[in-house]
Amino acid sequence: MNSMSDSNRSNTTAAIAASLKKRYARERRFQWYGRLAVLTGFIFLFILLTDIVIKGSPAFTQHFIKLDIDFNTEVLGISQNATAEEISGADFSAVVKDSLRTMFPDVSGRKEKKALYRLISIRAEYTLRDMVLENPALLGTNAEVWLLAHSEAGSYLKGQVDASAPESDRKVKDIQVVWLDTLAKEGRTESRFNSTFFLSGDSREPELAGIKAALYGSLFTLLVTFCLAFPIGVLSAIYLEEFAPRNRLTDLIEININNLAAVPSIVFGLLGLAVFINFFELPRSAPLVGGVVLALMTLPTIIITSRAAIQAVPPSIQEAAMGVGASKLQTVFHHVLPVAMPGVLTGSIIGMAQALGETAPLLMIGMVAFIMDVPGGVTDPSTVLPVQIYLWADSPERGFTEKTSAAIMVLMAFLILMNGLAVYLRKRFELK
Amino acid sequence: MQTTTVFLILIALCVISFYTGRKRSQIVAMQHGGLDTLHSLPNHYGYMAAVWAALPALFVLLVWMGFESSVLHALVVGQLPQNIQQLPPDELGLYYNQVQGFARGAIDSAQLDEAQISAAEYYIRTVTSFSQMKATLVFVVAIIGALLAIRRVTPVFRARNHVEKIFEWVLFSSSFVAVLTTLGIVLSVMFEAIRFFQIIPVQDFLFGLQWSPQMAIRANQVAASGSFGFVPLLVGTLLISTVALLIAVPIGLMSAIYLSEYASRRFRAVTKPVLEILAGVPTVVYGFFAALTVAPFIREMGESVGLNVASESAMAAGLVMGIMIIPFVMSLSDDIINAVPVSLREASLGMGATMNETIRKVVLPAALPGIVGGILLAASRAIGETMIVVMAAGLSAKLTINPLEAVTTITVQIVTLLVGDQEFDNPKTLAAFALGLVLFFVTLLLNFIALHVVRKYREQYE
Repeated sequence: MNSMSDSNRSNTTAAIAASLKKRYARERRFQWYGRLAVLTGFIFLFILLTDIVIKGSPAFTQHFIKLDIDFNTEVLGISQNATAEEISGADFSAVVKDSLRTMFPDVSGRKEKKALYRLISIRAEYTLRDMVLENPALLGTNAEVWLLAHSEAGSYLKGQVDASAPESDRKVKDIQVVWLDTLAKEGRTESRFNSTFFLSGDSREPELAGIKAALYGSLFTLLVTFCLAFPIGVLSAIYLEEFAPRNRLTDLIEININNLAAVPSIVFGLLGLAVFINFFELPRSAPLVGGVVLALMTLPTIIITSRAAIQAVPPSIQEAAMGVGASKLQTVFHHVLPVAMPGVLTGSIIGMAQALGETAPLLMIGMVAFIMDVPGGVTDPSTVLPVQIYLWADSPERGFTEKTSAAIMVLMAFLILMNGLAVYLRKRFELK
Repeated sequence: MQTTTVFLILIALCVISFYTGRKRSQIVAMQHGGLDTLHSLPNHYGYMAAVWAALPALFVLLVWMGFESSVLHALVVGQLPQNIQQLPPDELGLYYNQVQGFARGAIDSAQLDEAQISAAEYYIRTVTSFSQMKATLVFVVAIIGALLAIRRVTPVFRARNHVEKIFEWVLFSSSFVAVLTTLGIVLSVMFEAIRFFQIIPVQDFLFGLQWSPQMAIRANQVAASGSFGFVPLLVGTLLISTVALLIAVPIGLMSAIYLSEYASRRFRAVTKPVLEILAGVPTVVYGFFAALTVAPFIREMGESVGLNVASESAMAAGLVMGIMIIPFVMSLSDDIINAVPVSLREASLGMGATMNETIRKVVLPAALPGIVGGILLAASRAIGETMIVVMAAGLSAKLTINPLEAVTTITVQIVTLLVGDQEFDNPKTLAAFALGLVLFFVTLLLNFIALHVVRKYREQYE
């Protein structure tokens, strides 16, 4: 009897011992799956960020080409002592073309000439015009001038074009490669910081396109969003936390807020189009409408985080205030809200960051227009940074790809700044 | 006068009323024997004056702005010659728009006839006198409101209670904005969708297998009569969302399990925020990444093994969307796994089960409803996602479940239908609202079920 159970037990022990190795192996495998999953997430993040940085960083420099410009009055078609108006109307592109032809005298034929002129950006004529307007004594003299290179020539000078690829596959042709190499050898090319990118609006020419208009558009839009969403959000949170009676209406409001948080952003765009533009006839493409739509979209985020912050205020503070005779409203505004403020601000900043990165609803209300001018107010037509990214990403010109990535880097820098601020506020809040 | 100027002056009036009200209460109190005789603090009397200056005036301003354009329209049209007033409404609308455009300096006078120019002059005159009337009316109302409030300042008047009552209403109306937003969404989308269904029958929309909304916006445009079958869009949306979930759920869930059950506290403190960066990246960035990096990569990969991959494949959009929702799935599952009571784990470990057996046989089954809820929330996120698919998915509606082909989604079609020319009596524009209605209710339903499931699950262990 005894020996029977002994042998039974030893059988079981043997069976367990035999399976242990397998079970431990499975345990190790399982842990590796977990590590692998975390690692995959990291790899995706790494690829995403490096891809954008590698594509975008060349956009922060641009190349200039030094030309010997002869401000020949005959070529310009004006007299030696021309008025400012005449100078403005003069044909400065002819001067640039002349200079290029003198430098490469053996260029012949329409096609080759056209390729030669394409080395220099069309902004060159405006640069020269401004120079002469500032100093009319230049007329009739020679000067060495650094002029902005065309985006295609620039991309070759940045080393982005593989000259050994078949000629039909690239925008920069063999003959241009020869010219650019000559210019580079003579020390006539120079890479400089691309200030155009930060100081001008959109343009059809990649080398002239910048994000200033979009940045101002984003600024105005966020201003409207903040002015609406912050007060309404905080006041709603106060109402729901401190004043709301327990009844059906309050439940309805709470359910609505939770649902709005999950409504796809594009639906807010439909709301903006149908209500604000079609019904109230507010201007299309304006930061005003964009800001209102984004405010409605970020409202749930701000309400939910503000409520959490208000909830976290110790009841002793309220009780103390009530105890010395403060009314409910005084208690909330003099004592609860100031203590909850860091938390409320954290939530609002996160909401604003969300609004800054949002694109889809703004497409609906017409903020996709081609905007060259910096908007001056909340009713001027404008675009925002994410929409500018979308527009450039859609553009077939290769030169815009690096602009897109660079604009993404700027956008991400703002987002990191805002989130960093939010994290800082939260940290300080936790220390209390 | 500009509305902003009116607004700024109104704010200035409020500030003045505040100080006047406060000063008045102090003077009145002194006459009755010191500040102690006042019921409320002097500030409360000031607030009362400011509120009474602001609220009625704001109300008048809003009402005025609401009716201004229609009154203006009626007045200007009333001035037009009889034969033009007889025109059909849309031609009259165009005519009126030209008048308006000229008056604002947007249209050259060469395009207009005699009557329009005189109407435009009348329009400008009316607008100027209207804005003067508006400003005067608003200011008069503000001043009367403030004066009435200031007249009521007496030591026995309960200014604090009065102000607080009003302020509670302000608080309530702020929180009611959420309800109004939902109402606005439902009504606006529903209204346009109903107009769409009056032109295109509901069953054609819901069960049609063909989506080609190439319809003429203007009568003289050459285009085929469109067909609005919603099924290919639904299939495309579900296809891309499925790819996304197939990426995000295993990675997100396994990361959550590893981080909550195995990882050290320090590893977790570093890893979680880093992975959550993925959630903070704007969707337009993902779209760019999908269109320019992932899609060509997948196509080359496919071609190297002899597969024919579309350059706007559902695979690329789905993969990138999956990356986007990894942190979403991760933090939801993390919450849910942490909510499983430790006692369950300890019981299982005490019986000699290994950690992974505990997780697979005890923790996960216990957490299953919550995880399903989380996946549903992630699915609703994927269905409503717009920018990635707009930039990386196709435009032509193909009825296929092959992820290597290009499909289109509901959100892509909403964007393509509404960007550019819009005409609110054409099914092409209205179709976008019908799609929006479907999108709104599908995501609402998914969220409702998911939140219900998650709440039920939480209650089980509380």
